[in-house]
Amino acid sequence: MSQKILLDKVNIPGIKTYEVYRQNGGYSSVEKALKTLTPDEVVEEVKTSGLRGRGGAGFPAGMKWSFIDKKSGKPRHLVCNADESEPGTFKDRYLMEYIPHLLIEGMITSSYALGANLSYIYIRGEYMWVYKILERAIAEAKAAGWLGKNILGSGYDLELYVQIGAGAYICGEETALIESLEGKRGNPRIKPPFPAVSGLWSNPTVVNNVETIAAVPWIVNNSGADYAKIGVGRSTGTKLISASGHIKNPGVYEIEMGLSVYEFMNSDEYLGGMSSDRPLKAFVPGGSSVPVLPAHLIYKTANNEDRLMTYESLSDGGFATGSMLGSGGFIVYNDTSCIVRNTWNFSRFYHHESCGQCSPCREGTGWMEKVLHRIENGHGREEDIDLLLSIQSKIEGNTICPLGDAAAWPVAAAIRHFRDEFEYHIRFPEKIKNRDHFVAEPFESVKHLVSKLTV
Amino acid sequence: MKVTIDGHEIEVEPGTTILQAARMIGGEVVPPAMCYHSKLKGSGGKCRCCLSEVSKGSEADPRPMPKLMASCVTGCMDGMEVKTKSSPRVQEAQKAVTEFLLINHPLDCPVCDQAGECDLQNLSFEHGKSESRFIEEKRTFEPEDIGPNIQLHMNRCILCYRCVMVADQITDDRVHGVMDRGDHSNISTCISHAIDNEFSGNMIDVCPVGALTDKTFRFKSRVWFNKPYDAHRDCPTCSGKTTVWMFGDEIQRVTGRKDEFHEVDEFICNSCRFDHKNVSDWIIEGPRVFEKDSVINQNNYTQKLEKVVINTEETILLGRVQDRIKLSMAEIDYNEKIDGNPLNSEKNG
Amino acid sequence: MERTHYKQEINMTEPLMTRINELISHYPEGKQKSALIPILHEVQDAHDNWLSFELMNKVAEILQIKPIEVYEVVSFYTMFNQRPIGKYMFEFCQTSPCCLNGVEDLMDYTCEKLGVGIGETTPDGLFEVRGVECLGACGYAPMMQLGDFYKEHLTKEKVDQIIADCRDNKITLHDK
Repeated sequence: MSQKILLDKVNIPGIKTYEVYRQNGGYSSVEKALKTLTPDEVVEEVKTSGLRGRGGAGFPAGMKWSFIDKKSGKPRHLVCNADESEPGTFKDRYLMEYIPHLLIEGMITSSYALGANLSYIYIRGEYMWVYKILERAIAEAKAAGWLGKNILGSGYDLELYVQIGAGAYICGEETALIESLEGKRGNPRIKPPFPAVSGLWSNPTVVNNVETIAAVPWIVNNSGADYAKIGVGRSTGTKLISASGHIKNPGVYEIEMGLSVYEFMNSDEYLGGMSSDRPLKAFVPGGSSVPVLPAHLIYKTANNEDRLMTYESLSDGGFATGSMLGSGGFIVYNDTSCIVRNTWNFSRFYHHESCGQCSPCREGTGWMEKVLHRIENGHGREEDIDLLLSIQSKIEGNTICPLGDAAAWPVAAAIRHFRDEFEYHIRFPEKIKNRDHFVAEPFESVKHLVSKLTV
Repeated sequence: MKVTIDGHEIEVEPGTTILQAARMIGGEVVPPAMCYHSKLKGSGGKCRCCLSEVSKGSEADPRPMPKLMASCVTGCMDGMEVKTKSSPRVQEAQKAVTEFLLINHPLDCPVCDQAGECDLQNLSFEHGKSESRFIEEKRTFEPEDIGPNIQLHMNRCILCYRCVMVADQITDDRVHGVMDRGDHSNISTCISHAIDNEFSGNMIDVCPVGALTDKTFRFKSRVWFNKPYDAHRDCPTCSGKTTVWMFGDEIQRVTGRKDEFHEVDEFICNSCRFDHKNVSDWIIEGPRVFEKDSVINQNNYTQKLEKVVINTEETILLGRVQDRIKLSMAEIDYNEKIDGNPLNSEKNG
Repeated sequence: MERTHYKQEINMTEPLMTRINELISHYPEGKQKSALIPILHEVQDAHDNWLSFELMNKVAEILQIKPIEVYEVVSFYTMFNQRPIGKYMFEFCQTSPCCLNGVEDLMDYTCEKLGVGIGETTPDGLFEVRGVECLGACGYAPMMQLGDFYKEHLTKEKVDQIIADCRDNKITLHDK
């Protein structure tokens, strides 16, 4: 049984309410920080902990905090990114729905560290009922004196509000989120200036993921050094993994960094293996944006080392034979699933979610979707595979925000590892007419048709 | 601050962008720019045409920037080294952006009033390919009437946001904007509101393509058949300094005065632009000089005429070099190499 | 692109205005535009789940911003509807993890049962079926959003039950 930091109290009956949460040691990090620590000392603890941004990029949280501009004298803000929309990811929702006060406690302690007096939680519009849960929790916390003026007599003031989005994946990008929070279209801003200098209403702003902020109370209550003891190397602490797809026990799991992918997949404590007797074909470890990996690269890296649930191990081998931990959206595919169809599905998602501001993403995502749709529906041409590779390479790195990369990587990875499956679709259009074409006839059983032709 | 672009060194003020520095140098190092407009605050960064490679960040931090940077929104640092024309990566990226901008573009230049002064046309001339790899159906939009002065062709739009910024920054009431999102983003008033603000005509001048054109000039003439003159009038609303485009004695169109980067010097009012088409309305200053090479000034009388010398013809008249030499036997070098070795060398005995 | 105008009866009730003013108070003086998206949600919920131009103009007036700023925002976000829609809108998530668990078959089933295509409203104005992108419930697939709530682990039987409950007026759409 591994250590739980975020979800250890989630099963206590009534933990959603303020009273039960407080009886179980809730809000003690606020007490400790406000009464015994300076803001800089809190930042130092988080730095020591090695906590990395849990939204996907994995940037060290303490370092991000230390970039906030304190010299300008402008008001500072902490904004929590709860716009969880990456396909395969649903961990933040779990945390906010079942233990909302943990996030609020984290927001207060973190806002104190940053010297922010006005902070927001930006939650995606579809999580409307979670928005209401958070609103009620904030009201409870405020009534109990954890928010407002002169909290605990420390002289520190904080107002915390929750702001709702309205259906736009792009608002998970921090500058788009800020734009949306200002009541505008979610068009990402051009960086620099970074939000730490000019963010919400041009004030210095830090944007952190829900899970990142929820880890702060534990770090303050214990210590950064204790947190750093959990995990492996630069992947410290615990991570929430959202697991979905063809597995026995889908859901949200808190794991210690460094758990092996094999154990996570197969032990009964976690995913419990595949959902049926159909074999494992592929997996996506970190949400739809990260490269998909074929069966032989899942449990072992290309160097035949055990693949671990860490930032480093999952990306071992670069994009050639590795992937990324990303947001921890763990999607598992068995041999009935079609990689081409799945890639088209992801492409449709990015096409739908592109904000349309910069040309490569606006035009390129739509183009890729159309080509993939043709291939999946039996109208592919031999040259389409190379065309897709070319389009994705022209989007990657040339856009304002990372959505362009996120749209390009899954396409490149699918072709890199499953090129023969694309060729099969192009050469045998009559065999893929049905959308569940691999259910009766998995690709393994027809693979020889393409390999013979490929030579 | 010292910046080097493609080997050209230049001193710039802090706060200068790479694009501005490149424009100071001029010539081939200047990257194309479709969405940046120096007179519109917050413009730039969107079209990605001006991507450039920063091979040295600055004197203090000499590491190269891993990604290509949009030169219109990237500030210069002291000691920065930038590559535009000389970088194959940049050239590749500019080709890519051109392709992306063209896949859904109707390519209707033969019936487009912007043809001849269109930035997208220039861009594709420079970086485009004659064939398209895009075989899907092009995206189209339902037409919308946005009033008596301006014609909107949404299918041609590249979403540079310049017209939105003009409406925000030059006029006092913006009634149009960018609707929807992704590749369905479109310029619209939503409610067929007539755009009739006094300075709204400037949207036409800042539009880099044929998405917003002058209704009073619609299908009147190809731009290169007009002769542009700088002219002015005493205008109560604006500076009155314009360029009038003439066909014979007729003023067919009035625009702001554009510089070599197609940016207007001063924004003009709708009255000057749309309502004053008589020669007697204007004091004509003289022919407008175009610095930028374009189809408009191909037959421009302000260009200096130089004698055309065709090198191949000259050479043909002179005959082949070896033939000329062999005319005189005396000039033949009998020690000439035949098999690669001189005749009288030791090797040959 | 020109938009169709639909007529809508506007009713800015007392509780709605109180809620709007409370939302505006979440932001500093002069930054009231920030309240736009939360206000649009409230206003939309109170007006049959869609927003007419008249209603958007009303919101612009309250926030002292230009109407076009409201139109721009409304058209960007997928949760705002610009035409009258079915009372019960079944928004099925059709992104990969849900597809792995058979959401496509379920959508076909629902459409057939209701006699509509994707994006169409039943003639009685009661139902509408839509396919939307990832709703963040991948582990509980297949699923759909109905009003403010998620209906997860769906099966054909569950869909039948939900449709019956809608017809019997037993479904709560908004958490007020």
